[in-house]
This record gives sequence, structure tokens and C-alpha cells, in this order.
Amino acid sequence: MNSEAAVGNLLEEAKGIIGDQQAGIRDGIVKSIYDTSENITKDVVSYTSVHRVDWDRKIDNIITSPIWGFPIMFGLLAVVFWITIAGANYPSEFLATQLFWVQGRLTELFLALSAPEWLHGFLVLGVYTALAWVVSVMLPPMAIFFPLFTLLEDAGYLPRVAFNLDRFFKKAGAHGKQALTMSMGFGCNAAGVIACRIIESPRERLIATLTNTFVPCNGRFPTIIALASLFIAGSVSVTLGSFIATLGVAGLVVFGIAVTLFVSWLLSKTLLKGEPSSFTLELPPYRKPQVGQVLVRSVIDRTIFVLSRAVVIAAPAGGLVWIMANTTIGDSTILAAAANWLDPFAGLMGLDGFILMAFILGLPANEIVFPILIMSYVSGGTLVQMESLADLRHLLIDQHGWTWLTGLCTVIFALCHWPCGTTLFTIQREQKNWRWTLLAAIIPASIGVIICITITTLARALNLV
Amino acid sequence: MGLTYQSTGRSTTREIFNVPNAGSELVIALAGNPNTGKSTVFNALTGLRQHTGNWPGKTVLRAEGSFIHGGRRYTLIDLPGTYSLHANSVEEEVARDFLCFANPDATVVVADGTCLERNLNLALQVMEITDNVIVCVNLIDEARRKKMHINIQKLSKALGVPVVPTAARSGEGLSELMDTISDVALGRVMPKPVLVRYSDEMEKAIAQMEPKVREIIGTHINTRWVALRLIDGDTKLVQAMERYYKEQNPKQADLEVLA
Amino acid sequence: MNKSTPLNRLGNGCCALVTELNAQGLTRRRLLDLGLVPGTKVEVIRRSPLGDPIAFNIRGAIIAFRKEEAEKVLVVQVS
Repeated sequence: MNSEAAVGNLLEEAKGIIGDQQAGIRDGIVKSIYDTSENITKDVVSYTSVHRVDWDRKIDNIITSPIWGFPIMFGLLAVVFWITIAGANYPSEFLATQLFWVQGRLTELFLALSAPEWLHGFLVLGVYTALAWVVSVMLPPMAIFFPLFTLLEDAGYLPRVAFNLDRFFKKAGAHGKQALTMSMGFGCNAAGVIACRIIESPRERLIATLTNTFVPCNGRFPTIIALASLFIAGSVSVTLGSFIATLGVAGLVVFGIAVTLFVSWLLSKTLLKGEPSSFTLELPPYRKPQVGQVLVRSVIDRTIFVLSRAVVIAAPAGGLVWIMANTTIGDSTILAAAANWLDPFAGLMGLDGFILMAFILGLPANEIVFPILIMSYVSGGTLVQMESLADLRHLLIDQHGWTWLTGLCTVIFALCHWPCGTTLFTIQREQKNWRWTLLAAIIPASIGVIICITITTLARALNLV
Repeated sequence: MGLTYQSTGRSTTREIFNVPNAGSELVIALAGNPNTGKSTVFNALTGLRQHTGNWPGKTVLRAEGSFIHGGRRYTLIDLPGTYSLHANSVEEEVARDFLCFANPDATVVVADGTCLERNLNLALQVMEITDNVIVCVNLIDEARRKKMHINIQKLSKALGVPVVPTAARSGEGLSELMDTISDVALGRVMPKPVLVRYSDEMEKAIAQMEPKVREIIGTHINTRWVALRLIDGDTKLVQAMERYYKEQNPKQADLEVLA
Repeated sequence: MNKSTPLNRLGNGCCALVTELNAQGLTRRRLLDLGLVPGTKVEVIRRSPLGDPIAFNIRGAIIAFRKEEAEKVLVVQVS
């Protein structure tokens, strides 16, 4: 064994051999390899017919055309939302009816066993109600949205989105592949953050990571969709209603993209200064999606995964909310006291204390924000069975005085607040720097607060509410 | 400090990559350009017997799966999709380090049949590192649809390694691929890669370097390839060699540093 | 022989041969690995709706890059 000789020395020797020709060496190596592959390919590949229609090119002529590129993109986005909203309506109501019927039977069972009141309250009114809400509100839209999205992904459409939008990202000092990480964020922001790995430059990866939450994930879509259906489409027919709600949701997504670009630009001008790094994007051929595989993959990998996470977190959160709503300190419950304490600030933002608290308690998972809100509203008074949008309208508008402004600010805050616990945890794991993780929560939260306060102040000053 | 590489055995290096040691299971690497249907091949071979994680010390996704063929278990490692192995990105570095230091029993290069030229570029680079290469010409159905004919025998002869045409989406060619993998991994078939010939000056320099390389690092890594990389001034490879050597022989390395 | 022009100056549908890469370091190595070695035929496929990036057919794959990279690739146009 020759312990003195190191590989490092070999490198020096190689330099000695090659002398001053070093500069052109890589070019020569790559050229030789490519020339070899070119020659082999010429030898083994033959075409049986010269004229063939290049369908990929024809499709791309439309999908990335200056005229149709953007309309098709937003059209597809809207169609996906519309199918999700319209399709999720009936299964959601069906599930809610069934699950709350079970809740009634559970209550009877507890009564028959003469179980203590607090046990029934904690388990049935707390834990079970939260679970029932999460399942009935989340499962149908996810089971529709994820497969649709996976179909687009599988067919090869997403790189075209990045191709169309890259100019905006370049202007914002960000990476073109950020569009791809955002697309993943529609499914789940934690997945979007992991997807940021495809961006090589650390600066641009960080920009993409910090702004991913401005894309509403599946945990937040049900909230946004429910409120859009309630406020924008409340008074018109069902068909027209889901159409208008779709436009509302699509509009909010476009707003989220605008905020993403603005914040990316701001970051690249301040904290994360630098030149855009080089960017290459392959536009692979379109492929016929494998529908069976898509269904299995999106149901198993995505739907079940996200739903089970929500269920695991919703159960204790439901119990906690019940305890808070039923433990009295002085002359009010903990829940009411906390809501009252938050109320002045929430009021500035166009919200109320209960809404803001639901967002805070929903930190572990965005899916449970809306269920928590409804539980805290309901638990104060008599138990209301939430089986339809009409019940929800009654609860929010008639009983808790929501106006269009409350709805709008809630939706905006749902889009712009701190990322959920899982996403923050993922950011910490990827970046390994708690300052960035903290910033990932502070930036969207302060933007949400600023926008909500501005809108509310304006609306009140102009006597619109 | 002086580090030597003579004692580096195949079994010890693999532990660094969290793959089974030689003898217990056969380790198969899956390489390929992006968008070649590499993950479809991976899914088709492993089914649901797979899990994902990170490459040790890197934020690069790593998929690992297994399949049973002829009563033997094969561990399949899905390398990141790359255009080349010149370590211009973390993905390329991960793929190259695995091929170079983990010594897989066989490496399948998944190539897009409709775009062979670009894909052979990677295959040729893999063949410079390891002999046990199988080229899987995937998307053969797409190629047929595009009225392309690929002469598989001729391609196999030109490359000196087995070539298997597949259409992983429909399952076409997969059992042949598994047969070929086991033939190569078990040594029943010994591929003899036809290597890229560089310019005369380069070949001369390689010939001069190769004996020196063999003297110091031994023969468990392809010496022609290492010589080529050194002539190209590849400092990353040198760093990687020092790192992997240190990780598998920490005590010895420390002693030598002290000495 | 025509004078070399930067790749981003060519219109859609044009074909050209690479003559030189006007880039150093990592950018040069990446462009090389995409197959842009001197003599390689490149076809300008399309521009993004906003004009940038531009997509090219390089050795059978459609690859897009921004103006900043494209202008580093010098080419001569061929018919």
C-alpha cells in the first residue's frame, strides 16, 4: 500500500501531461461522445415513412400560442375547479347526511349507556363532529381534484405552463420551474416545497419555497369553495351558482399567482438579491395518460395521504375545541374568552374573533380551519345539524352576522396566512434554517393581514358594508 | 494528507449508499435521461414493493424497490434522471457517485427509442464507468407509431451490451428485461462495452495516465474512466473519492492524517 | 460561409449549425451536455407567448431556454 500517493497528486500529474490544452478538453470529450451516439443512431434507426404528422408540434402550436396560450391555461384551470365544485356538491351532502345520522345514533347510544355528559360531549360532539366535517367537506373535492390534476400532469401539460409563464418569473427574479412547484402546491404545499428541489440555484429555490403557500392547497380549497358558493353564488340557481363560484375560485387563484410574483420580486430585490440563474426546460412529447394508473396513484398517494393526515389532526383538535367551548373560567367559556380577546384585531381585518382563532387552531392542518369555526359557532348555542349550504348560510349570515366583507376577508386570509404545520416542518427540513422557516410563516401572514385591513378600511370608509 | 484506495472493496462502499452488501441481494441501478419513461419502467418492475427517501446527505429524491426473479431478490435503485454524468448538478453527481462507488451488479440505462441519439450519450458515459450495462430502449411503441425502425441486434453489437426493447406502459418486453438483468447480474452474460474513442492526443494522454491511476487506486473503479476524468480536471471526482474513502475507513483515514 | 449570429436572433422555423459557445464555466458545460457541440443542428421551434423563453429542437428533444442562454450559442443559419 502506497500511503503517500494521493488522488490529488494524480490530478497534478494529469495537468502536467495535458499541459496548456486544458481549456478545450471538455468540449472535445462531449463532442466525441455525441458524435459516437450520432453515428450509432444513424446506423440503427431507419424510417419506414418520411411524411408523418407531428401531433406534438400541432398541439403546442395551440397550447403555447400567443393568442390561445393563456386563455387555454386559465380555461383548463377553471374547468378543473368547476368539475371539482359541481361534482363534489352531492357526494358532500350525502356524506354529511350519513355521518350526522350516525352521530345521532351515537348520542342515543351514549344516552342508553347513561355515559357522563362530558364524555359524550368530548367524544361525539368534539372528536366525532370534527372528523365527520373533515371527511364530508374534504373527501369529495379531493377525490375529484387530484385525479384531474394528475391527468394533466401525466399528459405532459405542466411543462407547457412553465414555458408560458416563465417570462413573469424571470421579471420577478425567480426561476421558471417555480411554476411547476406551484402546480404541485395546488395539491399540497408540503409537496410543493419538496418539489422546489428541482430548482438548482439556492436563491431561487428559497424564493419558490417561501412563496409556495400563496397557491391554495387542497386543504384550503374546500373552505374557499364553500365560501365562494355561499357568498358569490348564494342567491342563484345551482347550475349557475357552481359556475359563478368557479369563476370566484379561479379569480382567487389568479390573485394568488399575482401575489406570488410580487413577493418573489420583492424578495429578489431585498433579502435574496441576485441574477436569475440559467434555466433549461424540456418540453417532452405529450403522452396519452394511463387512466387506471392515474386513479390508483392519485387516490392512494395523494387523496388517502392528505385525508388521513387531516383526520389524525382533526380528531384531537375537535376534542380541544369542545373542551374550550365547555370549560368556563369566570363567567365565559375559554373559547368565548379567547375569541373576545382576538375580536378587536380580527375586526380590523374584517373577520371576527372566532374566525381568527379557527385559523390559529388550524395551524396543524388547514383542512380543519372551517370545521373548527363551525364547531365553535355551534357549540356556543344549540346543536345545529349542518347538512346543506342553506344551513351554513343560516349559521354564518343570520346567526353570526357575516357580510360579503367577512366572506371576502376570510377567503383572502385563507389564501394568505401562515403555511400549515406540515409545510413549515418540511421547509425546516429542506432548508435547515429556522430563520427561513419563520420567515415562511411571517411573510404570508403579514401580507394577508395588510390586505384584509386595507380592504376592510376602504369598504367601511366608502360605506359599502 | 495521504489517502490510499487500494483496500476499497465493493461490499464496504455500498453501506454508504444504504444498499445491501454484495452476496445478500443483487443491486441493480436504473439510469436514464429525464422523460424517458424511466419511472414507468421502475414502477412496472417493482410494482408496490418500493419506497422513497433521500440520497444520503443530499436533498435529492431516491426511489428504491425490489422484484423477485427466478427465486432471487433484486434491489432496484432509481437514479435521478440526467442528460449526462459530468456532475454539473447534484443529480448528476448522485447518479455518477452511485455508479462509480456502489458498484451495482447491473445497470439498466433506460433510453427513449424516439430520441435515441440524445439517450445514447448517457448510455456511452455509463458504459465508461461500468461494464455490466443493459440498454433498455423504451417507448418502442411510440417509435413504431412514428414509423421508426430500430435495429436492436445492430445496436447491441455497436454498443457491446445487451439491448432490450420495451414499452413499459403496456408491459411489452419487461420479462425479457428481467431475464437480461439476471443474466448480467449473475454473470451468465458478460457485456463488453464498445467505448468512445477520443482524439489521438486524448487517447495518448489517457494511455499515459492509466497505469498511474491503477497504481494508486487499484482496479475496482474503471481506470480508463478515472484517467479520463482526471485529464478533464474533474476536481469533484477527486473530492468524492477522498470522501467515500474516508467514510468507509474512518479510523484508518484518521491515522493517516495524523501520520 | 455566413457570419455567426446568436441563436436567439433566428426566427421560428429556422435551422442552424452551432459554431461556438460564448460561455464559460458551468453554463458552458451545461450547454455542451445538452448536445450543443460545434456542428450540431438546431431548429428554432417556437417562442413562449411572451417571446421568451425560446424552444429548440436539439438532437431530438424540445428544450427551452431563456434569451440570456440562447444568445451565448453562436450559429450559422442553414436552409
